[in-house]
Amino acid sequence: MDYSQFLAMKQEIGLLIVFLLVFLYDTFLPQRAGKGLPIVASLLMLVLTVAGFFTCFLGSPDVTAFAGMYATSPVMTAIKNILNIGVVIVLIQSIKWANGELMIMRRGEFYELLLVTLFGMYLMISARHFLLFIIGLESASLPLAAMVAFDKNRYESHEAAVKYILTAVFSSAVFMMGLSFVYALSGSLYFNTIGYAIIGQHSTMLCIAIAFVIAGMGFKLSLVPFHLWTADVYQGAPTSVTSYLSVISKGAAAFAFLVIMAQVFGAVYEHIWSWMLYVLIILTITIGNLFAIRQKNMKRFLAFSSISQAGYIMLGVIADNTMGTAAMMYYILVYICSNLAAFGVIGAIENATGRVSMEDYNGLYKTNPRLSVVMMLAMFSLAGIPPFAGFFSKFFIFTGALAVGTVAIYFLVGIALINTIVSLYYYLLVVKAMFISNEECVIPTFRSACSERLGLWITVAGIVFLGLVSPIYNWLLEITAPIASLFV
Amino acid sequence: MSIVIPLLILVLPLFMFLFLGLAGCKMSHKLAGWLGCLGMGTTTVLAYITALTYYYNPEFTSAAGERLQVVIFNQTWLQFTDYLVIKLGFLLDPISALLLIVITTISFMVHIYSLGYMEGEKGFQRYYAFLALFTFSMLGLVVATNIFQMYIFWELVGASSYLLIGFYYTKHSAVSASKKAFIVTRFADLGFLLGILILSYYTQTFNFIDMTNNPGGVLMCFEGATFMGCSLLTWALILIFVGGMGKSAMMPLHIWLPDAMEGPTPVSALIHAATMVVAGVYLVARMFPLYALEWNASTFIVVVGAITAFYAAMVACTQIDIKRILAFSTISQIAFMMVSLGVASEGEGIILHHGVGYMASMFHLFTHAMFKALLFLCAGALIHAVHSNDYTHMHGMWRYMPVTHITCLIGCLAIAGIWPFSGFFSKDEILAACYSWSPMVGAWMSMVAALTAFYMFRMYFLIFWWKEHPIHHGHVPHEAPLPMRIPLIFLAAVSCCCGFLHFGHFVSWNRMPYDIHIELGIALSSVGIALCAIFIAWKMYFKENDLPVKMKNMLPRLWDWCYHRFYWDELYMFVTHKIIFNGICRPIAWFDRHIIDGTMNGFAIVTNKCSYAIRGLQSGQVQMYVWIYLIGALILGAIGVLFLLG
Repeated sequence: MDYSQFLAMKQEIGLLIVFLLVFLYDTFLPQRAGKGLPIVASLLMLVLTVAGFFTCFLGSPDVTAFAGMYATSPVMTAIKNILNIGVVIVLIQSIKWANGELMIMRRGEFYELLLVTLFGMYLMISARHFLLFIIGLESASLPLAAMVAFDKNRYESHEAAVKYILTAVFSSAVFMMGLSFVYALSGSLYFNTIGYAIIGQHSTMLCIAIAFVIAGMGFKLSLVPFHLWTADVYQGAPTSVTSYLSVISKGAAAFAFLVIMAQVFGAVYEHIWSWMLYVLIILTITIGNLFAIRQKNMKRFLAFSSISQAGYIMLGVIADNTMGTAAMMYYILVYICSNLAAFGVIGAIENATGRVSMEDYNGLYKTNPRLSVVMMLAMFSLAGIPPFAGFFSKFFIFTGALAVGTVAIYFLVGIALINTIVSLYYYLLVVKAMFISNEECVIPTFRSACSERLGLWITVAGIVFLGLVSPIYNWLLEITAPIASLFV
Repeated sequence: MSIVIPLLILVLPLFMFLFLGLAGCKMSHKLAGWLGCLGMGTTTVLAYITALTYYYNPEFTSAAGERLQVVIFNQTWLQFTDYLVIKLGFLLDPISALLLIVITTISFMVHIYSLGYMEGEKGFQRYYAFLALFTFSMLGLVVATNIFQMYIFWELVGASSYLLIGFYYTKHSAVSASKKAFIVTRFADLGFLLGILILSYYTQTFNFIDMTNNPGGVLMCFEGATFMGCSLLTWALILIFVGGMGKSAMMPLHIWLPDAMEGPTPVSALIHAATMVVAGVYLVARMFPLYALEWNASTFIVVVGAITAFYAAMVACTQIDIKRILAFSTISQIAFMMVSLGVASEGEGIILHHGVGYMASMFHLFTHAMFKALLFLCAGALIHAVHSNDYTHMHGMWRYMPVTHITCLIGCLAIAGIWPFSGFFSKDEILAACYSWSPMVGAWMSMVAALTAFYMFRMYFLIFWWKEHPIHHGHVPHEAPLPMRIPLIFLAAVSCCCGFLHFGHFVSWNRMPYDIHIELGIALSSVGIALCAIFIAWKMYFKENDLPVKMKNMLPRLWDWCYHRFYWDELYMFVTHKIIFNGICRPIAWFDRHIIDGTMNGFAIVTNKCSYAIRGLQSGQVQMYVWIYLIGALILGAIGVLFLLG
């Protein structure tokens, strides 16, 4: 065996080192040093992110390793870095929560579980063989159930974890069912081999196989109708875990989904799965919006908002071109910033007062103007109001989709546009509650923790500058331009 | 040239805006003011370094002596297609370097001046933040490498002008003035945008250098494209000029500028006299090779400019508010620059008289910026002393404010075009260019020049002489404090000597050095006319007498019309309120309220109903979830089969 192949896995190895350091710190240092763990973990993750960007800019060639099961390219390095940024923000935002009373004994576990899931996501992104992919998928799913159940003394947290694990197991089963059909049709589990084998195959079995694969991934992406766990889990899980679930897990799954659809099933795009995705996207965006309108709990509200956002992300998949890929990655980056800003505010308020209902936000501007402004920016960005980053990401992803140029896609983008108007309504409801509505028992003025403020500053910088600083998107366009970059 | 200094010129003011805007409320007035000055001072130094390096370093001159157009950087900002690319960059050429100097100098002077003038005002930090924003936008405008970047900064300039005019936002008149300025210029910018779209649609580029260095190619692109008997290129250029008319307050879009005087006086000096209002002139100068192609477009410019110049000069002769006098004088002087650009060519790309009109226009832009800013700052000092804008409250101020008196006199002499003050040199070149285009236009502009001398000295004598200062309640006017005096003296010194610059060596239409010749005939006659006008003003206004009233009674109708600015505002009011509001807006409002809102409410009701109807989906039972999941997956498969077979 050629051990130099491991060099291709620079980022995975880096992540493992971070994991090991956290593990050793947690296990061998005395308990009073435990308070430092959240900061150490955040710093280590930051170092990993910076190192990742260095590999990005120093140029990481397209490499395959382990008999073609593993691949990496600048695009994959970039998406992993984007996820890393999100993880850093999540970790920074959760420092206060992780240092809370209830977490003393379990602090280390949280970070270890989180890093393991991130490792799984890395594998999902880089896998070019379904075996490796399943390993990645499972290690990205199962530890999350433990993380969802982290608030031991809250009943909802347990309920959410049970719901999550049951649905996850079920969806894995469906996914693997689909894969077994695929194997039956092609005789291989390598992405590219399957891709060649199914050219010209237009059988019912392939339809079912693809439908099951989409369903399996649809669970992770919370596409309608595979989304039903989302709201309950988001509401029940600790806010830090919810924010991790809603952006990182979803971002990784979206990219992996793109790779599978493009590389494995690329040959039957027109005949089979584009139609499935049209239906799914329309359902996802519309139903996500319709539910979001009615929500009273902020976390539940954001759960439905993130469902409809997933629909927009899927436009990058259906675009099936390099611009769509770039736009999707950009969308994920922007979505990470906007959503984490919203969750950061919710988390800060929850940590300080324990209130998460939308009514509690009435008149927030009077008592906590800065948090309100951050929340407003996050809502504007999610709704896609210029000049914030969300506008540009929506714009690019629509342009990417429109490049397909069929009547169906115009119809689809039309529906998506109408839905942005609906979404504007409920995003502005939050803004209205904070700035206009009056309330007797307003959340009192409080000072959020340093770490929370730092996290919010980063996300706000992202919301404001990501859209205006054009080189970022141009760089993504540049690295996605070679078709081969995805299909190494 | 390295990228750092030019980039800093843009970034520093932007940073100052963000910094003072966000953190300003935490610091004292003094600190905010000094920080603002420091930031602007540094920007000024950097701009001087850049501009002087550009002018004097042989690296930027070709072997034939032509100054090169240098793109320092040009970053893609938005890319839609291969052609439709919006870039942001930094273009250094003679006129942008010139404007860098003008903008930073005046802005720096205004920053210093405001330390004294705005002292103790509420929102002092906000004021400095807005000044920085304006400076940033204006600098971004002049260094634009492409017309779209210019448009972006053009709008930013408009927005910051809006913010500064409405600085005293508790004052009703200031608020409505800021709204008026914004709406009128925005309206004009619609023309600008249409012009940009037409032009770039045919030429497939936004880039200035591509367009102006190859006017023949642009003409080819428009081959055969006509609209209402005129080439589309003419239309595009005229529409772009309409944008310039809005910003530069040409008739009939001039109505916002006099009202804009509601803003703080240093702002008027910076934005509404020296920099922003010449953006229109700069725009035409930037695209000069294209305007030189189209006789129709350049003639349009001449006609609009000539009428505006005369009109504004007439109105300025009757106003009472000294800032309004200066505002109309600004309109008139900008019209001079416009006319000068128009007469530089004869269409078909034929340049008249070595393109002296182009050079003169830029020269006048430069000198005018200095002496007009000076005059406005003097006005500010006077207003600061007597707390009124009307000259009726001033009179006889020479005794109390010697520095302001002398500097103001220098400013008046400069604008009147008396040798050796700077205005003489630039105005002489403009008149020479006009005479070579058509003697009629030349004579017309000479007449306006005479009017200029008259109304400026009318103002001067009424403020500083006429009679002893009426002292009310023992309130004795005082000379301006030091931070206000320094800019006055500096600008006065510049106005005295900058006429002797070999301006043609720096700026000319083909960027080749050009020697300015004073045309003795024109120079002598125009100085003579100006002296006559000053003499008349002296006769009428030096000492209190009844000559002005007699004059007024002799031509009551004319005086009335001039005093009421030829009723332009009333005309606009009539058109907007009576015709547009009733004829167009009311029906649209009805349509909006009943049809559009109705439809939207219908949508909202349907959405809500749907939302209510499907709530059962989210039952909370995980068995149910799994069922839906499975059925969903199967239906998805069915959809695939359906489309595969169908």
